[in-house]
Parts: sequence; C-alpha cells; structure tokens
Amino acid sequence: MGISEKLMSVSDIAKGLNSKVFSAEEITRLYSKRIREIDDKLNAFITVTEDNALKTALDSDKSRKNGDIVPKLSGVPFGVKDNICTKGIKTTCASAFLQDFIPPYDAFAAEILKNSKAPLLGKLNLDEFGMGSTTENSFYGATKNPNDLSKTPGGSSGSSAAAVAAGEVPFALGTDTGGSVRQPAAFCGVVGMKPTYGRISRNGLIAFASSFDHIGILTRTVYDNALILSELAIHDKNDATCLNLPKEDFTESIFTGIKGMKISLPKEFFGEGIDGEVKNAVLSAAKALEKAGAELIEISIPHLNNAIHAYYIISSAEASSNLARFDGVRFGKRAEKYSDIMELYKNSRSEGFGKEVKRRIMTGTYVLSEGQKDKYYEKALKTCSMLRAEFENAFEKTDIILTPTTPTAAFDLGTKTSPTQRYLNDIFTVSANLTGLPAISVPCGRTQSGLPVGLQFIGKKLDEKTLYKAAFALEQEVEF
Amino acid sequence: MSIKDYESVIGLEVHVELKTKTKIFCGCSTEFGAEPNTQCCPVCMGMPGTLPVLNKKVVHLAVKAGLALNCTIEKHSKHDRKNYFYPDLPKAYQISQYDTPFCSNGFIDIETESGTKRIGITRIHIEEDAGKLIHNESETLIDYNRCGVPLIEIVSEPDLRTANEAVEYVRKLKNILECAQISDCKMNEGSLRCDINLSVRKKGETGFGTRTEMKNLNSFKFIKKAIEFEFVRQVESVEKGEEIVRETRRFDESSGKTFSMRSKEDAADYRFFQEPDLPRIELTDEFINEVNAEIPELPDEKKARFMEDFGLNAYDSERLISNIFLSECYEEAVKNTAYPKILANLMISELPKIFTEEFLSDERDIPAKNYAEVSDLLGNNEITSGTAKLLMQKISDEYIEPLAYINENELRQINDGETLKKLCLTEIENDPKSVADYKKGKKTALKALMGKVMRVTSGKANPNLVQEILEELLEL
Repeated sequence: MGISEKLMSVSDIAKGLNSKVFSAEEITRLYSKRIREIDDKLNAFITVTEDNALKTALDSDKSRKNGDIVPKLSGVPFGVKDNICTKGIKTTCASAFLQDFIPPYDAFAAEILKNSKAPLLGKLNLDEFGMGSTTENSFYGATKNPNDLSKTPGGSSGSSAAAVAAGEVPFALGTDTGGSVRQPAAFCGVVGMKPTYGRISRNGLIAFASSFDHIGILTRTVYDNALILSELAIHDKNDATCLNLPKEDFTESIFTGIKGMKISLPKEFFGEGIDGEVKNAVLSAAKALEKAGAELIEISIPHLNNAIHAYYIISSAEASSNLARFDGVRFGKRAEKYSDIMELYKNSRSEGFGKEVKRRIMTGTYVLSEGQKDKYYEKALKTCSMLRAEFENAFEKTDIILTPTTPTAAFDLGTKTSPTQRYLNDIFTVSANLTGLPAISVPCGRTQSGLPVGLQFIGKKLDEKTLYKAAFALEQEVEF
Repeated sequence: MSIKDYESVIGLEVHVELKTKTKIFCGCSTEFGAEPNTQCCPVCMGMPGTLPVLNKKVVHLAVKAGLALNCTIEKHSKHDRKNYFYPDLPKAYQISQYDTPFCSNGFIDIETESGTKRIGITRIHIEEDAGKLIHNESETLIDYNRCGVPLIEIVSEPDLRTANEAVEYVRKLKNILECAQISDCKMNEGSLRCDINLSVRKKGETGFGTRTEMKNLNSFKFIKKAIEFEFVRQVESVEKGEEIVRETRRFDESSGKTFSMRSKEDAADYRFFQEPDLPRIELTDEFINEVNAEIPELPDEKKARFMEDFGLNAYDSERLISNIFLSECYEEAVKNTAYPKILANLMISELPKIFTEEFLSDERDIPAKNYAEVSDLLGNNEITSGTAKLLMQKISDEYIEPLAYINENELRQINDGETLKKLCLTEIENDPKSVADYKKGKKTALKALMGKVMRVTSGKANPNLVQEILEELLEL
C-alpha cells in the first residue's frame, strides 16, 4: 500500500533535533504535510491542529537555539486520542454529544507533553467514548487500517495506532479500558503499552470505566515507548488513584537481554477460538525468545475465560454512571425540542449518543439495578478478585506472561457480527484491565496476506521494565 | 379509639454541613452567601475528565462527629455512587457512602418530661451536597456554589415518640456538633437540615406502621409542626380504616400541612456501587486516637459537672449547656457568687433573649462578673427579683456596675419591717373593698393590696415581707 513505510522513530527525531540535523519546525511541517496527504484515505484525525503544532515547534526551536536544557520530547510531534482533554482544542470522544466541546483544561498527560514543548498535531478518532474495537462506532466515520485500507485498524484507539503505523505521527496517546491500545497496536503493527493502573494520571481522560481506564502509549519502537512512559509516569495529586512513586527511567535496562527470564504461556489462551496463523506467529515468536535465553513455561489461569464477562458487566456498569453527566444541562449536546426536564434529558441523550454507547448504558443500568446487582455486578467483582489472586499466584513462578494480543489479525471493515461476538475481540486483553497489571503488545510477525500479528506480554504490577526488556528482545529477534 | 391511644414512631436523618474551608472533592470555597456560580470549578461542575480528590479534613470531622456521638468508627471504608438525574446534581450521581459508613451504633441522651432518654444513632456517613435550583416565572436557574459542600448524614434509630423529643434530639445534636466544632449548624443557612420518618401505632404495640418521609426541614418550629400535623393525619387515616402509603411528603411552611410528593413505587433505584475514582479509606488507631484527643468537654460531661459542682438540677444544667455562650458565661460568673443556683436561674431566664446573634457578633466582653454581683444582691435580699432582671439587661446594654447603679437609683430592697408595716396600713385604710373581700375568703384580694404596696415603693419592697405583714394585719 505504500503508506505504512517505516518513518523515523521518536528517538531518531529527538537525536536529529539535538544535533541540529533538522528543526522542530521542519519536522512538524513534514508530519503536517503527510497528514494532509494521506488522512483523507485513513480518516485518523477528527481535528488537525497544524497552527498550534507549528507554534509549539517554533517555541521548542527557540529554546534549543538559546542553549536551554530541553525535555527529551521537546519538538517531537504527536497525536492524542480524542477522549483526552486538550485545553482550547475540541475534544469530542467521537460523539455527536461532544462535537462542539472545548475543554478549559488539559489532561495531565497532555499537559506534560505541552510543557515539554512537544507539538500536538491533532486529535485522533476512536470508537465513541472508547466503546468498541473497530473505530467504526464513531460519529466521524470509521478509520482504516494503513496495512490494508479495507480492514479495521482495531479500536477503540484505532486511529492512534493507524496514525503511528502510517507515519502521520511519531507517537500517539491512546486509552485502554479492555484492550483499546493493545488490540489496535496488534492490528496496525505498532507497539502499544498499557502500563500499571495508576502509573499515568487519568485526570482529563473522559471516563468510560474508571476502574479499568488507562492512558496508553503507541509508538513504532519499544524503546520509544519506554522513553515516553518515563515522561508520563508522574504522580498527579488531582487523580486520587494515581500512584505516588519515584520517577523511573524505563529505557534503562531495556538492552540487558532476557537470559534466564521465565516466560509463561497460559494454556487457556492457546486453545479454541484463536486463528491458526496468529497462533503460529505467536508460538514461533515464543520459540525465538527461548532461543535468546528465556525459559518457557506452560501455566493455567482458570478464571481467564470468565474475565470477558466480568469486564463487560463492570465496565458497562461504570459507564452507565460515568456517562450520566451528559444530560444536556451544562455542556455538549442539548436537544432543540423538549417540554420539561425529563424530555431534555431523554432527547439530548437519544440524539447525542450512538447505538453502542446506548447499549452499554442500558446494560450497565440493568446490571446495577435492584434485583440484578447481586447476580451480575457483585459476581463480576468476585471474578475480578479471583482473577487477581490467580495472577498473583502465577507471578510467584514466572517473570512475565505471554499471550496473543488478539484471536485474529485485522478483519474487514463493516463485518456484520453480533455485539457479543465483537466483544470476544478483547478476550486476551481484558484481564490486564481487570487486574490493573501492565501489558504491552508488540508486532511478532505477519499473516500470509501481510497483516500484522501482535503478541502480548503481561507483567507484574509496576514491572514495566521487564515488559520492555522482553518486548525489546522480541523486536530484535523477529522479522517484521 | 381516640388520638390519645396512639403514638408516633419517629426516626430522623439529619444532614449537617461540615466546617471546612474548601469543598469535599475540590479546592473551591464553602463560604455561604457568595454570588451564584462564583464558587465552582470543573470538578464540582462534573465536567468531562475531571476527578474527585477527597478533602482529608472531611474524614477528620466525620470521625470526630462519630466519636462525639458515641459511635463505633469503621476503619475500612469506601465511597459509593448514588445515581439519579436531577439538574442540581452535575455528575448525575452523588458521591456518598452506602454500606460502609464511617460511624455506626452511637447514641445521645436527651432530657424529656419523663426524665433522661437515650436515642440511638444508626449511622453517620459523609457525602457531597448538591446545587440549588432557583425557580422564577419563566425559567429555572441553577446555582452550583453548594455542589460538593461536605455533609455528614446522621441517621437516628426510630426511638423518638413525640415532636418535643424530636426537637430536643436535634437541639442536643446541634449542641454537641457546635461544641466539638464539627459544624456551624446554621439552620437558616441550611447547614443543618432534617428529614423526618414517621409512622403511628397504638400505644403498647411494638411493631412498626408504614412510614412516610418529610424532607428538608430547617427549623425547630417546622420540625415540630410537621410532626404534629403528620401524626394527626396518619391517626385519622388509620381510624378511618385507610392504609398509610409509603411516600415522601412535602411540608408546606405557610399552611403547616404536609402534602404527598411521590410514592415509593415510583421511587428511584439509586444503583449504588463503589466509587472507582476514589481509593478505599483506611483509618489507623493512631489517627482515631488523635481525633479523639481533640474533642473538648462535651455538653453531657459539662452538664454532669454543673450538677455536681454547683448543685444545679438536670433541667437547669441542660438549659445552661445548651447554649455555648451561656455556659461559658456561667462558668466565668459562678466563680464570683455565693449563689450558683440563683445565678443559673437569672441567666437561664434573662440571657438567652439578650444573647442574640447580633449581640454576640459585636465581640464585646461579656461582663460575667457583674452578673455574679446581681446574683449575690438577690441572694442577700438586697434587691427584688424585678430589679435583678432590670440589672441583667442594663449590664448587657449599658455596662452598668450593679452596686453603683442601685445606690444611685435607690433600688435597694426595702426590708425594714416598720417601714413596710406603715405602708401596708395606709393601703388597708385606702382599700376597704379588698379588705372586705379578703375577709369573705377571697384570698386573691391580698394580691391587689400587695400590688399597691409594691407600686408606691416602685417595686422595691421585699415582696415576701409585705405578704407576711399584710396577712398578719388582715387576720387581726
């Protein structure tokens, strides 16, 4: 297809800027031009902020020229998924409800990058409010997979993955509630990290399911990913669930190799329902890691197969509450016709939300309602804690867990499947959200038709370093 | 059956605004009376992407309230969301506590006509207040200033039986919370509001009838009226053989009646679930002990001390301690008098009407020592009780020195028997009708004669002596 050709990595750009091979202005113009050239085909951007990006780039160039000590990402352009608030820039969640919403504040992560003088190229498409795994549930239309324009890029951060894969941005912020960073990373052939819950502040991320929402990072390389996490993993006093830990450099031990590393493969994830080509690619990648010195172990995590149910119950329950604030009273959509407050609510919400969002709100309302809560919500919470215990148990014997990221490679846009079938897309990714454990998807090969296959590593709590180390080793071992 | 055969069973839910400078989940001010929508931010407005962060002072004050009200403190606690749509609730859920309230199983003791009564406190939890709707003819406006103001909800057991008990309970609660500096409890500013659950049953029964709920009562007068009205209404319904409907009723302040608002069938399902944006709250023994150490002498302890140290009865002590200024003033004054009971009576009857908010906000020195002097003068029979009352007022308003004032104005009581006898004889001569009436057995005629003696002495005659002398003279 041509448009997914390898472009520069974040560290290439940072090096080029520091050694004055090019300026931030030049690099920003280059990416802006590329967006203008190809985004009509991809539909990755909801809002392009070229002027804003150039302003930041000039500012970055100025401080470099002055000889100031600049942050690592100064002058490196990027994109942000459109459910992460950006001050003065439309933040729509790909929803009709928020099509004109301009937040008066930045998300904490966006603010860090702004303060680093990283130019923001624009806001990236998604499944409305992050609900979906194809980017088709968007008020702004589906995004296409740069590897094959007839395929989905995955979702809900489909556009963040597509934009990185297509070279529209060197890196992008996504969000991951059930796999929304890792699954599109796998479909598009980029690196997607969901760190430990609480590593990156959720402040300014428009909530879908607060217990499982994470900001994640999409990059072309493992090293880039570690570099960016090192910048974003900062304590934020305005997010009570954000961890207060000393600053870490996640690139530090990335090159040290995986000799003796214990890598476990849960047998529950290599059984039925997984595409043969995907399974082969993942298993041969595992073999390559074994050759590089890792020890492969088969393990069992019995509750893995229940994780998907627990995930949809709890995430829908929380969504039904989180999205209740979109009532047409203070911001966003307000229906033109209503005769009383109940109608104002009903009409604004009926007109403002898409089908999938409504489905989840209704599901969530149901599972929390009197008489149902014990059967669904409370039971799902129990599954969650059992799953947590099983993972904890598993990590006593292993350093890292290896799984496919998705059951299949990217599928056709417009594929008609039932919602419950679609939900199975997340079957391998949701457990990391239920447990809050860090997980990364790395490209590990391609199908015969050339579509990328992703491999997922799940790590111990706060042990992103080991994940990056293994992912980096894999990046070296496999041809992609 | 008559209404006398019934009793009401009352439980109260009291919402109290905590005394914090900032709101429960953001840094906005909680100051009362600001221009609408000047004390709100993206967090308390529920803007997308914003998150709550718990104000630690709220936990502190809630635990303090629990300790002051004899509760067990829950060390492992969490927040829950109560979901419902209403325009004054920006997030469409209220962050509250559902099944892990901070405090439970407490009590307070109140004074009733039949003695001291213990009222159980089921639970105390923290929650955020909602905004305020302002309705005018054509539209409804919303003021979000109050959104996120920290509240505790104090739920009582259904231990109250009369309107007076309910009022006494709220009064005592207010007293304790003010004393421990947990809340200002300004009812006129809505910082103490009360929901009343009430059912009726025949006296002697132990089961409960169907209850109704009356919401947001914010004065003692309305609490009393609402209970009295609702009691009669329910009894009349029962007597007519009607069934009481479980419902929320609105108390109408102007008519003093309650009206049906909504029945339980269309009541909301709040879909409570754990608030995922806030971590669980773990309290240490150390923290609880620290908070406990901050609790000052509480009204009940003070009451016991007043009874013991000054020989006051339970009723008088209760009246004194029920008002912080009064009890402080009494403690200061009592050091300087030989008559602590007289002082207590004088202060209880005279000072509450003088200690208005305006008076107290003046930050003047309260002349406690002078009040003590008045009680000594009265105790030593040097002035009449009427003069004593006058002096209490003058001390407060004009800073007079009591002794100097009675000397200057010749207000000393006339205790001289001979002088009084002369005066009495004059009045007996002048009023043969009263004398005749008295002799016919009309004892009230004596009062007329006494009144005349008092009048000619400008109230300075010792009334007991006058009475004695008159009786003596008339019996002759």
